[in-house]
Amino acid sequence: MLTLALGMERKKGFIYLDHPADAKFQAFGRSLEEAFSQAALAVASLMWEPGRVKRAESRGVLVEGKDLEQLLFKFLSEILYLFEAKGFLLAAVREVKILQPEAESGNGYQLRAVFEGDRRNNSYSVFGEVKAITYHDMRISQSDRVLVQVVVDM
Amino acid sequence: MELKKINDFTWEIPKQGAMRVPAIIYASERLLATVKKDQTLEQAKNVACLPGIQRYSYVMPDGHQGYGFPIGGVAAFDLEEGVISPGGVGYDINCGVRLLRTDYREKDLAGRRRELLTEIFKEVPAGVGKGGVTKLSRNVLLEILTKGAEWAVENGYGSREDLLLTEENGRMKEADPSYLSSRALERGIPQLGTLGSGNHFLELQKVETIYNAEIARVFGIEEPGQILVMIHCGSRGLGHQVATDFIELMENKLGAKGLPDRELINAPIKSALGQQYYKSMCAAVNYAFANRQMIAHWVREVFSRVLGSSAGMRQIYDVCHNVAKIEKHRIDGQEKLVCVHRKGATRSFGPGRPEIPAAYRAFGQPVIIPGSMGTASYILIGTKEAEELSFSSTAHGAGRVMSRHEALRRFRGEQVRDQLKAKGIELQSTSLKGVAEEASAAYKDVDEVVRTSHEMGIGRLVAKVVPLGVMKG
Repeated sequence: MLTLALGMERKKGFIYLDHPADAKFQAFGRSLEEAFSQAALAVASLMWEPGRVKRAESRGVLVEGKDLEQLLFKFLSEILYLFEAKGFLLAAVREVKILQPEAESGNGYQLRAVFEGDRRNNSYSVFGEVKAITYHDMRISQSDRVLVQVVVDM
Repeated sequence: MELKKINDFTWEIPKQGAMRVPAIIYASERLLATVKKDQTLEQAKNVACLPGIQRYSYVMPDGHQGYGFPIGGVAAFDLEEGVISPGGVGYDINCGVRLLRTDYREKDLAGRRRELLTEIFKEVPAGVGKGGVTKLSRNVLLEILTKGAEWAVENGYGSREDLLLTEENGRMKEADPSYLSSRALERGIPQLGTLGSGNHFLELQKVETIYNAEIARVFGIEEPGQILVMIHCGSRGLGHQVATDFIELMENKLGAKGLPDRELINAPIKSALGQQYYKSMCAAVNYAFANRQMIAHWVREVFSRVLGSSAGMRQIYDVCHNVAKIEKHRIDGQEKLVCVHRKGATRSFGPGRPEIPAAYRAFGQPVIIPGSMGTASYILIGTKEAEELSFSSTAHGAGRVMSRHEALRRFRGEQVRDQLKAKGIELQSTSLKGVAEEASAAYKDVDEVVRTSHEMGIGRLVAKVVPLGVMKG
């Protein structure tokens, strides 16, 4: 039962909101790492169904940001780059770790993660195109759970 | 928010707070009501706060909420004190429209329309992130970024005449691809010659109404029923990556503190970073020109093959909708060079401007305004008055009013396709979901947008065209 509940929660890890021109979503998690992972799935789900993509290969991701917003912006941009340049469809995000290597100075974040997915082929339906991640209306709020909000350009 | 009515189509947000200039919105009462529903006015105000902005922060009749700058936003900046902003151009650099005329009439297509569209669909790579036909080397890509549509013509796509009938002759000379990141190049290599998805499309159209026969003839539009081809696409992932990269570079160098919206990030035009963005943007502009040049060539080939000839398929014009350009304008009685940002706006130069092709110079520039999928599109002509009113700019399309999410809730792709079919419009698309998202009910009424442009005199009506066949990525 516990597994089922967690599974369901994972499924509802993000929601889409109305935005006149583009796509806007909120993603949730118990930690920054979880919310960022859900945000990645929200971006991928605008283009293909991550749940239907085989976990055939994995790719290490490393991004740096001077603050959390930039970190999120660059992390999500990674999905677009891998898709367009490498033909890689994201299925799942694993082992996300957000670090602050120079925590005492208060700036600079680093994110490491593993993307699992597959090369694009005709068995996958790609139905949307995210042009870019934006900072517009971006929110990252951390209380008992973490919420991130992102608008993407479509 | 205080909004002062200047006339039936002009509204002003007076200078207040940190605004350096007032903002002007061109809209009918009806369009204004939709503009008020989102953050367009707030965004126009934010743009008015940027250093070096000249005269007004403008919003065109199809204006709607963007990120940072509104879509439909036009702003010109002083070259000494002003800024350049990737958010003022948009992520899809040189998203634009190319329009071809033909000698064909609707009756010539009888029974052949479907075949024509199917063949175009085969020939022009559509869809999301779909690979182009040629695997480019990095060196060839760099050449394309430098030479734009000129490269395409030199390599057998179309003719020299096409270049003369393209904004900037299909090449922004200031382009310097050496500032592009390796990621931008990697995203550009597989996508050259592709249409892309979202709001991008290729349409077979027929002329429905001619408002100004003299000008229409100058553009090669002769009578109702004449077939035209419209190509709407941009610089694909390469342009998106240039914007993404420079937003980050500018943030890291200059910081986004004090900006009401992080997407308004900018750099002084004359700074090294400002210049690097400008030269990179020009390279992305060139990529998009080459892209449309190649697609137009394939369309002509299909016409040749299916209908026997592509003679007479002269280009009417090719316009940019998302761009920043250095142009001469008269400000406070003085001619000066400024950097005009048009984000979802069409340049609309009136007669006499040296930038206009010789064939049109005595009349004004063709302005091409695509509607949404399945609705009318319009050809307008630029005006002298637009120089004073909008730094020679007008609308660029219909402008969305409904989120993609809501469109998906309300419409089904199959149903949209069937409705188009009932109107006699063939549809070819890689995704029915994309078709639902682009349903015309999700857009403003393009008729009202062009009426406002015409009444205001920032772009006057020449002809109305309607689709016969739509190819959507």
